[in-house]
Formats: sequence, C-alpha cells, structure tokens
Amino acid sequence: MSIQVTRLTKTYGEQKAVDDISFEVKTGEVVGFLGPNGAGKSTTMKIITCYMAPNAGQVMLDQFNADEHPEEIKKRIGYLPENNPLYTDMAIIDYLRFTAEIQGVPKENINGRISEMIDLCGLNRERHKKISELSKGYRQRVGLAQAMIHDPEVLILDEPTTGLDPNQIVEIRKLIKELGKEKTVILSSHILSEVEATCDRILIINRGKIVADGTAENLRKQAQGQELITVQIEAPENAELKKSLLGLSTVQTVETINGQANYFQVQSKPEVSSKKEVFDLCVQNKWYLTELTTKETRLEDVFREVTN
Amino acid sequence: MTKIWVITKRELYSYFDSLIAYVIIILFLGLTGFFTWLASNNVFFYGQATMQPFFQVCFLTLLLLVPAITMRTLAEENRAGTIELLSTKAVSDWQIVMGKFLSSLIIVLIGLACTIPYYITISSLGNIDHGAVWGGYIGLTLLAAAFISLGIFSSSITNNQIVALLLAIAFGLVFLLLFSIIGSGLTGTAGEILTYFSAQNHFNSMSRGVIDSRDILYFVSIILLGLIFSQSMLSKRNWHN
Repeated sequence: MSIQVTRLTKTYGEQKAVDDISFEVKTGEVVGFLGPNGAGKSTTMKIITCYMAPNAGQVMLDQFNADEHPEEIKKRIGYLPENNPLYTDMAIIDYLRFTAEIQGVPKENINGRISEMIDLCGLNRERHKKISELSKGYRQRVGLAQAMIHDPEVLILDEPTTGLDPNQIVEIRKLIKELGKEKTVILSSHILSEVEATCDRILIINRGKIVADGTAENLRKQAQGQELITVQIEAPENAELKKSLLGLSTVQTVETINGQANYFQVQSKPEVSSKKEVFDLCVQNKWYLTELTTKETRLEDVFREVTN
Repeated sequence: MTKIWVITKRELYSYFDSLIAYVIIILFLGLTGFFTWLASNNVFFYGQATMQPFFQVCFLTLLLLVPAITMRTLAEENRAGTIELLSTKAVSDWQIVMGKFLSSLIIVLIGLACTIPYYITISSLGNIDHGAVWGGYIGLTLLAAAFISLGIFSSSITNNQIVALLLAIAFGLVFLLLFSIIGSGLTGTAGEILTYFSAQNHFNSMSRGVIDSRDILYFVSIILLGLIFSQSMLSKRNWHN
C-alpha cells in the first residue's frame, strides 16, 4: 500500500506544526522521519492515521482518501503513538485480544495472532501480567504487538525503540527491516543511527517542512561535497609539514587536529582528491605517512546542517 | 454492532476489575435498601403494598451514583492519551460513545435487577399494582440512561474525572430539581415549558404505571442529545479548522 501526502498543513493556534508538506511512500518502503523535537513528525503521523484532520491538504492510502474513508484506512494501518498509551488495567493477553477484536481480526484467527505477536515481541513470560506492572521496555513491546496484531499493510511507528535496552533495540530494528520487505513502514526517531540502520529512505523534517529527502548515502554525498581526509606524518621537522601540505595544488585548507603539529585534517578543492598528492609529497621528502583516512560525513553532520 | 460490543466488554472488564462496579452496586443497594425498609417513612409507613418510596429514593440515588460510573469514561481516556489509540483503531467515534454508554447502562441494570427481591417481598405483603412497578422500572432505566448520556458528555469535555463528576451531578440537578422548582413558580407558557423539561414529572407519571409516549420521547431526546454532543466532542479533533 502506498501513501501519498499532498500539501499537508496543520496549525496549532498561531504555530504551524506542519507546513505544506508533500511526499510519497511506496509499497514496501521503510521511511524514517528525522527531526528535532517539535519538528512536526508526530503531527504528520497523527494526520496519516486519521487521528487528526489537517487544516489543508490530503492524505491518500492507495485509492482511499483519509477524509472520506477513515475507517478503511484505520483498518489497514498499525499505529504506535508517541508515549505509547495503553490500557494499563488490562493483562497483556486480554489487551491484545481487545485490539484484535476491535480491528476486526476474524474470530478463528485471534488466538493464533495473539500467540504469534507474543512470540515475536518476546512477551511470553509476561503474558498474564497487567500492563501497569510492566517496565517501559515491555510496554513498548506491547505497543508494537498491538500495532501489528491485525497484520496491517501499513505500519506507522512513532519512536518505536524508546525505552528499550540495546539488545531489544537490535531485535526491533531487525523486525522492522523484516516487516519492511512486504509492508510500508513509516517510523520516526531522533536517533540517527537507528534511522540509518532500518530505513530505505530518510525524510528530515524541520519546523514543519521537509528539508532533506533521500537515502542515507545520498544525503551524505550531498552534504559532503568536498573530500575530507585525515593525515598523520612522521617527519624529523614538524614545522614544515603544514606549509608543504598547503602547497599542494589540490588542497584547499589544512587544519591541525588536537593541536598536534603532525596530525591534520585536509580538505581538498571541489571535485578533486589529494590522497595521491599527499603520498607523493611524503615519498619525495622521505617522511613516513602513518595515517591517511577519508573522513566520512556522518549523518549527524547532515542533520545539523539542514536543521540549523 | 460487534465493535460497540467489543468496547462495552472492555469497559465492563475494567469496571469490575477496579471494583468500581461492586462499590457502586453495593452503595446503590445500601442506600435504596435503607430508605425503603428502615428509614422513618419506609414502605410500612404507607400502609399499602407499593414500590413508590423505593422509586423516589432510587431517583435521587441514581443522580449521585450514575455520574460516579460515567466520570471516567472519556475523561480518563483523554488524560491517559488512550483516546488516540482507540480512535485510530477501526471504530467510529459514534461506536466509541455507544460502547461506553452501553457498559454504564449495564452496570445500572445489574443494580436495578438486584432490587427485584424488594418487588417480590412487597408483592407478597399485599395487593401490588404490577403495572406501576414495571412502569417504574422502565422509568428508572430511562432516567438512568439519560443521566448516563449527560455524564458521558460531561466526561468528554474534560480530562479530569472530578470535573466530569461534578458537572454530571450539576446536569442532573438542573434536570431533576431546578426545572421543576422554577417551573412551578412560573405561570403561563414559560412555566409549562420548564415543567415539561423537568425529569421529575415524567418519571412520576411513569412510576404510577402510565406509560405515555411524551414521557418516553422526553427521555429518548435527552439520551440522544447527550450522545450526539459527546460524539461531536470526540470528533472535534477532526474538524479542519
């Protein structure tokens, strides 16, 4: 199922939470919403899941318009809201039964789906516990289980891994990747490595607008532009080094790292590489080249750049 | 309809799980039992086999206890944020409201059913007017349903259960007492209209065994209005502006 969002706008009072956003998510794509707090990620999700109506614009799931057929859409979406609200007075197993029934899972499949979800989310030992007795991580698992219980075609997960321990995070990411093969998934996060690990595509949202859209690879390339390398050289005389490096025709800037006189960050001029030149320079002067690494632009840098 | 029942079942589960249901039913039986059998002007005081004193007590007891049942219905969902969970499931706002309404009504009906022994006892004491008793029970059910509907509306506009409780009691007082007090003080059309709005008069005629379509229409309109208002409070988030 594909999601088509067209010119969505939502204002809270004076403040524009979502400002004229348009994007498309194809079937089987895992898309990550990335953005600082209050960027409009959750609001967009609330609109897609028919919890809220936008002030303008529309959401289409395949042929269904969110305005006209909310019921059809809600049936096909599994949603994990932010902060993961749950009926804490219910036992896990009763709660999952309730969600299965309310989502219209056929009676004969309900027991099967419940035990499948309990296995999948690792809730077996806690199945008869009340939700109020669970730790945050387990509640999060219940939240995921209830979102997936009716085997929806679209999954909308608002910060799915908050409160989980590192092992669980790895498991949940694996699960999302697995699900993403057949289902359309939108998840939000402000943990960059998470989005990078699970998503095919990343949408960076800031102040209600999409400021970047592409794969992690693409975004990095876009931000990178010029080559950045780290160079360490052992030479009898350190004073010369910086000057000689700057003298190379391909080099634009040279900065020392940690104040060490022989450790540099070298930025090349646009569209050229200076790795060979640095090597040749060392050979000519009989210096030892002890380090030469390309510095990868981290997603953090991309994020900083587009959201500041 | 099945969706409504799923919600009703969950509500009943939490009413009975949290003891609210037991406490309210016991309190209801205790209060009505005391005033019917033990207080100074009890059934024996009347000297005839009638359920009238019971119905009059019920009337006021429901005014206090129904808001205690309905106060958490939507206010708690608003507070805990579970309303977001519920309304993004494949149910309509109307089904949510109806589910809550039905579950509260079932609690009241269980309470009323527990008073059937009163009826059996009184009818064994003398010649009871069976029509009046059934009329009274139907009247009580309608009255409770009207209170529930107003209670759910009170609960839908806040995320604080206490506010919902007090507001529901205030609604009840207006319909029970205020309209009839002002209505009886006024003459002419204004007085007649206010008297018509008073639940007391409609209930009294039903508990005498007279089931008039006007009385039923009165209660049904309050019920529907309350439910429709509650639904629109829920749907408000869906308005475009």
